[in-house]
Amino acid sequence: MKKLSARRRHPLAAVVVLLLALACTGGLYAVFAPADKAQAEETAQSLTIEEGKKLYTVGCASCHGTDGQGTSDGPSLVGVGAASVDFQVSTGRMPAATSQGAQVPKKKNIYSQAEIDQLAAFIASLGAGPSVPTEEQYGPEGADIAKGGELFRNNCAQCHNFTGKGGALTKGKFAPTLEGVDPKHIYEAMQTGPQNMPSFPDTTLSEQNKKDIIAYLHAVNSDETVNPGGLELGGLGPVSEGLFAWIFGLGALIAVAVWVAARTAKAKKS
Amino acid sequence: MSTTETTESRSRGKAPAGERVADWADGRLGIYSLAKANMRKIFPDHWSFMLGEVCLYSFIIIILTGVYLTLFFHPSMNEVEYHGSYVPLQGQLMSEAFSSTLHISFDVRGGLLIRQIHHWAALIFLAGMFVHMMRVFFTGAFRKPREINWLFGFLLFVLGMFTGFTGYSLPDDLLSGTGVRFTQGAILSMPVVGTYISFFLFGGEFPGVDFVARFYSVHILLLPGIMLGLVVGHLILVFYHKHTQFAGPGKNNKNVVGMPLLPVYMAKAGGFFFLVFGVIAIIAAVAQINPIWAMGPYRPDQVSTGAQPDWYMGFAEGLVRYMPGWEINFWGHTLVLGVFIPLVLFGLVLMAIAVYPFIESWVTGDKREHHILDRPRNAPTRTAFGVAWVTVYMIGLVGGGNDLWATHFHLSINAVTWFVRIGFFVGPVLAFIITKRICLGLQRRDKDKVLHGRESGIIKRLPHGEFIEIHEPLSQDALHTLTAHEQYKPLEIGPTVDENGVERKVKGSEKLRAKLSKAYFDEDGQIPKPTVEEYKEITSGHGHH
Amino acid sequence: MSSQDIPEENLPAEQDTTVAVADEKNPFADPGLPPHEHRIQDIDERAARRSERTVALLFTVSMLATVAFIAAYVAIPHDKSVFVFPIGHLNALNFALGLTLGMALFCIGAGAVHWARTLMSDVEVADERHAIAAEPEVKAKVMADFKQGAKESALGRRKLIRNTMFGALALFPLSGVVLLRDLGPLPGTKLRHTLWSKGKLLVNMNTNEPLRPSDVAVGSLTFAKPEDLEEHDHDFQNEIAKAALMIVRLQPDDIKDKRELEWSHEGIVAYSKICTHVGCPISLYEQQTHHVLCPCHQSTFDLSDGARVIFGPAGHALPQLRIGVNDEGYLEALGDFEEPVGPAFWERG
Repeated sequence: MKKLSARRRHPLAAVVVLLLALACTGGLYAVFAPADKAQAEETAQSLTIEEGKKLYTVGCASCHGTDGQGTSDGPSLVGVGAASVDFQVSTGRMPAATSQGAQVPKKKNIYSQAEIDQLAAFIASLGAGPSVPTEEQYGPEGADIAKGGELFRNNCAQCHNFTGKGGALTKGKFAPTLEGVDPKHIYEAMQTGPQNMPSFPDTTLSEQNKKDIIAYLHAVNSDETVNPGGLELGGLGPVSEGLFAWIFGLGALIAVAVWVAARTAKAKKS
Repeated sequence: MSTTETTESRSRGKAPAGERVADWADGRLGIYSLAKANMRKIFPDHWSFMLGEVCLYSFIIIILTGVYLTLFFHPSMNEVEYHGSYVPLQGQLMSEAFSSTLHISFDVRGGLLIRQIHHWAALIFLAGMFVHMMRVFFTGAFRKPREINWLFGFLLFVLGMFTGFTGYSLPDDLLSGTGVRFTQGAILSMPVVGTYISFFLFGGEFPGVDFVARFYSVHILLLPGIMLGLVVGHLILVFYHKHTQFAGPGKNNKNVVGMPLLPVYMAKAGGFFFLVFGVIAIIAAVAQINPIWAMGPYRPDQVSTGAQPDWYMGFAEGLVRYMPGWEINFWGHTLVLGVFIPLVLFGLVLMAIAVYPFIESWVTGDKREHHILDRPRNAPTRTAFGVAWVTVYMIGLVGGGNDLWATHFHLSINAVTWFVRIGFFVGPVLAFIITKRICLGLQRRDKDKVLHGRESGIIKRLPHGEFIEIHEPLSQDALHTLTAHEQYKPLEIGPTVDENGVERKVKGSEKLRAKLSKAYFDEDGQIPKPTVEEYKEITSGHGHH
Repeated sequence: MSSQDIPEENLPAEQDTTVAVADEKNPFADPGLPPHEHRIQDIDERAARRSERTVALLFTVSMLATVAFIAAYVAIPHDKSVFVFPIGHLNALNFALGLTLGMALFCIGAGAVHWARTLMSDVEVADERHAIAAEPEVKAKVMADFKQGAKESALGRRKLIRNTMFGALALFPLSGVVLLRDLGPLPGTKLRHTLWSKGKLLVNMNTNEPLRPSDVAVGSLTFAKPEDLEEHDHDFQNEIAKAALMIVRLQPDDIKDKRELEWSHEGIVAYSKICTHVGCPISLYEQQTHHVLCPCHQSTFDLSDGARVIFGPAGHALPQLRIGVNDEGYLEALGDFEEPVGPAFWERG
């Protein structure tokens, strides 16, 4: 609650409240809306798009244009698909605070999943693009971890590091760490290629390939990952190992050497 | 004395077993004469004198664990399919070297521990040598008669770097393979012979199927063999020269003050071996190093970001990273300066510190033996040079990790690279100037202390209202310690015309030497230490503050 | 120039090694070794006993740790992992063995050092040093011996022996050098050729299927190998080290380099994946800027401008592979690379 009250005065607070209200309305409507199923689905679909458009006008249109055609501040969203919206908004990258800076960082998401779905539906209605993957697509069943590892080293490790710890790109850009990222979002990122990341469409990296990669990442970079040797030291390789050897290895040995060579306390003269 | 007691007790009955064994050995090896000179050899106590022991012991630990690893490691690049217990690699194609390293890490009980001890000890060995070398440098312990031992030590450091490199390349994992690829690219950059050396080293094109086996024999036999010889030589010389010591009461150039080898240093140095081994074993228990299973087997078309060598090669890596991409094409040939210049610089920077002792002794012209260590402040130019050298080295390390600097401090990688490019030239100059000033400042403070005493912190108010701080005169111990260092006079070229009026030609080298000598020893190079006259004038005068 | 001609007075005066009390003449004189002060253990037997017990305790802990090491080796399965705060999930056996071994060793060392520090004599002793260089008489004797030996060998007089011996000694190491010849084949033109040739299909590394232009979307990144190269092939590593390909699709309008456009197909361009600096597989492709960065040394190439170098230590652009489409609609190479791929070398030209 404390967090909430601290953010009450945030410039976006009004927007959030508005969005929440809208979401509630939409949600309530969805719950209570009566109807015959087939027809209802269609109506629900168009209503969702409608709601998405409202959300879009408030949160996105200033940069991406009123119809998603793009402006100098933001790219066109025609044809980016629902997957892209789900990734960008769920990870908090969109709406971006500013179009300046090397790249838009991940931050706290301010939309509910229902709102994101509405936004996604609206954007998807602008032009065909990848849809949001289902759990069947990114879930662990039927995945080959070892094949995923090979694919990861071939396609991903060059930017995201061996086990997805992230790395530097040019001029302040960076490939973010993949630690704690929702498998769905990893799948969407591969599909859509957010920001400077290239996309890996199904034609070049098949659905099964993506599933394997996600399973591999879960094996080597999650809470349950076993690092048999002990401290992972950031998983960054020899640089952190070298620092550790100097500070804790040589440091400890010098401390021991000081003890070995120091004078033993003398009896106090009374 | 205990010796007389034993002789007496022997006359009554048979000598104890230990003595009989010693007698037997003496008859064949002459151990008594050897022990006579060394058993009660004196070692001075100072923590920084144990840095060399850190290196020696980690070297021994590396040999012990290395022998164990050879029992399980297969230095072969034959391709196999992995079916061991590490799931995320099952069914993958890899070299036998890689799969046997996985076997050591996952299926040999304690294998991972020994691997980790081996690798951690290697990092600490090199770090220890670096710090040990700097200790010797900044205290002037490299002066006559120890120049050869300085070179032995330097060679050990350089060979250690290459032994480390050939060692971490053996598992044939994606990270080390990238390092080997870099090495091959660097070899290719050598004019005229590069391509040939590369083909001979790798048995053809990169990566080929030979380099692991070849690196293996270099790593476990050739280099450690040479190093072992150098270590033995290094130690013999340490014994022969006897250890240096810092100035202090009762300590001078003709003696060495400390504790005897038997029993104190036997226990301390022997115990220190176990302490070093213990600390490294505990580090290997809690901290993972070189997790090759996470990196995967080497494939020349795969790579990971954050591809760095172990720390001791980081300085070379940095040189390569911040060099601009110069390439000259002429008459059908390519001069790959962008890679070759860093390669040459790598050697030159290392050589600069190696030959320094000879340059300094040429400048001073001093041919006497030196067994009393300098405090770094009392040799400002040398200290400044050393710090400038360390700065170049450190800037190389920063450059070698420029991508991690960028990601962890939210900087642009291009900005970091430009920073180190400029830093390579500006850094050492700044470091030199600042260090020299700090040294001179500290010398002035010492002089003040000698002449005016120590600031006691007691404030006294004089009858006329002035406040003064009382200075306590130093003890004779302190006075002696602070004035024990030697100071050279700058070299003068002398008259260029002799008494007969014949002009003498002054050689260029002589002029250079005079110039250097001036830079070292004139009033900008050192603060003249307080003389007895100055001291007397001040202490005999009335109240001072 | 020898240092003989340095005037003596430039060197500082030899240090006075005589021990003296401070007097009028020299207040800075060496007062000599300070008198030995006793430790508590030297005068209080109870303190000494305490030290003895500490040392014994340390040695005993070491023994127990070794027993624990053996117990851990026998009892803990090698694949068991445990969670240890704050380290995380780790291998139980490695952790147990390392800690017990470390403990056993550390306690031996700590015991020995504590023993030395508290119970062995701590009286500082001064040892004399002797000049390293030999006395003049010794030197004279050695020189005389050497001269006699040299004379008896007649080496100086019989020049023929000397010269031929030097010749023989100088020549024989050559056999060692010659023996190294078979370490590897001569380079020839191997660095200039790759597996690519006219008509070879571009096969997707991920799916092992030949690529069609429609598979490659704008903004995507694909890696390809020549059609007849399989991972199981014995020369796979050597060939992929040269043939690895990076394929991206640009809007044809975005391509600034004329030759690049000519060698592309509908905006699809194929570049060598091997960095021209020292050969790292370069592939950090930024789809908006079209820059590709090498993770090893940060050479940056602009794929929309003939892959020219825009930053970093690489000396020349990435080689481009000329591609087209065959009758069945698959992407194919229209020949080998026109210049050597990978790092530059002397004969590259």
